[in-house]
Amino acid sequence: MRIVAEKLSFTYNKKSKFKVDALKDVTLTIEEGSFFGIIGHTGSGKSTFIQHLNGLIPVEKGFLTVGDINLSDKKKIVRKRYKELRSKVGMVFQYPEYQLFAETVYEDVAFGFRNFFPDADKEEEKRAVFETLALLGLGSEYVNQSPLDLSGGQKRRVAIAGVLVAKPEILVLDEPVAGLDPVGKNELMKILHALHENGVVKTVIIVSHDMDEVCENCTEVAVFSEGEVVLSGSPKDVFKNTKLMNELRLGVPITGQLQDSLSEIGVEIDTDFSRDDFVEKVVEYFKNSK
Amino acid sequence: MISDVTFGQYYPSKSFVHKLDPRIKILLLIAYIVMIFLAQNFLGLIASLLFLTVVIIFSGVPLGSVLKSIKTILFLVIFTALLNILFYSPKEGDTHLFWVVYLEGLISAGFLALRLVSLVMGSSILTLTTTPVSLTDGIESLLSPLKLVKFPVHDLALIMSIALRSIPTLANETERIINAQKARGADFDSGNIIKKAKALIPVLIPLLISAFRRGDELGDAMDARCYSGSKVRTKYKKLTLSARDLVAFLVTAIFFAGVILLNIYELNVLAYFAKIWG
Repeated sequence: MRIVAEKLSFTYNKKSKFKVDALKDVTLTIEEGSFFGIIGHTGSGKSTFIQHLNGLIPVEKGFLTVGDINLSDKKKIVRKRYKELRSKVGMVFQYPEYQLFAETVYEDVAFGFRNFFPDADKEEEKRAVFETLALLGLGSEYVNQSPLDLSGGQKRRVAIAGVLVAKPEILVLDEPVAGLDPVGKNELMKILHALHENGVVKTVIIVSHDMDEVCENCTEVAVFSEGEVVLSGSPKDVFKNTKLMNELRLGVPITGQLQDSLSEIGVEIDTDFSRDDFVEKVVEYFKNSK
Repeated sequence: MISDVTFGQYYPSKSFVHKLDPRIKILLLIAYIVMIFLAQNFLGLIASLLFLTVVIIFSGVPLGSVLKSIKTILFLVIFTALLNILFYSPKEGDTHLFWVVYLEGLISAGFLALRLVSLVMGSSILTLTTTPVSLTDGIESLLSPLKLVKFPVHDLALIMSIALRSIPTLANETERIINAQKARGADFDSGNIIKKAKALIPVLIPLLISAFRRGDELGDAMDARCYSGSKVRTKYKKLTLSARDLVAFLVTAIFFAGVILLNIYELNVLAYFAKIWG
């Protein structure tokens, strides 16, 4: 499913003194199969944008389609397709472990499955829950535990499983690794990549303000600032705009900073800003210059 | 949808009413409530409504925000008014209109509704023009005589201010959790009442957990700063009375006296107007 937004605008508290233009003419295409990164500060409109993708915020102005569902169509039929849309576009909010509510891990994960597949029988449900938990590296020993007894990283994976169990094609994650320790961050990112590569989900969209994280993981990037998309493209195309990224106070990944410092002393490195590629190019450069 | 819980929401401005001492505002609100209940006839009620209008004008709060506060009690107002009309026990000489409806019943229902509405509007003016912090400061100061009988006034005020402060936070949290569960296919709008109530469980439990968590964290943070609410604790903003407060007090006193006089001399006033127009 491809996501196309054209001149999408949204204003909070429209009639009041506190009105905020959260999105201003956002035009953005997210291709099926991409691992998409959305970057921006708090209040840049990125959260508002992703909440449009599964109809949590109805389109106010502009044009938005997700797959064959036209969300800017104001007719009632679109609202009826919200459920279908929400099963296709899985949304994992910030700190998703705070949404856990059931007595056991099994029940919590099954919640989403029952909502989206009310006609499925117990066997199917069981299979779906166990499979999803396994995808997130959680064995069957966890199913009967209370989600509140798990560690932070495990809770988060259970919460993601609760979204993934609906078998979405697009998985949207708002700051998926925020608050995790470095090992937990790495693990979760690896899991997301595995989901993406094995085709469990076709498209992954992550929201982040960690440039390194986005640069290392994403194939496409869009930069939000004050409700507008200021830059978009491959990480290479985006992060070469060091000056603009610094002006937006987002900065560039560590490799971008190094590239900048190197170019000041006359060493030009052409890299896609991923760590491996950068190291390779630097080594190559010094080999050649010898 | 949840974020527009207007009842009790502060409307930032620097108006005359905003700058009044919160203690005075609380006392004047009490006086206003007494005034409404003292008013025995429409003239008195009109006088107190006039007072309310003056206050609203000097508060700089748009009328819409004040009227919104009525929305929450509209059902109550209509319900009590209806009861008053339907169960009016007629006296000799009342005008019978139709069925069980009497003109006097209609009048007393209207009177009651007007009373309720002006009560709520007056109270909402207080919360619209006073920040929760200064409101609790005011209450604490007003209740301070109770310290003599070992009543924990400061603790009470602290609990109140934390409770008030938590409302918007929890409202935000609720909205977030609702969105998260909607994204997991939860349906809050369809089905019968039992189904709808059941659908709220996935919202209420995380909300409760998070309220406890927040309470715990706040307690730890207060402990870490050695907070004890002891007697030697000083205030950052001391409440002081100014000329403004005196003016507000006098204006209220005049209206108050006016309402009492109107109670006594209602017929005379009516006769006077009748003479002018007649």
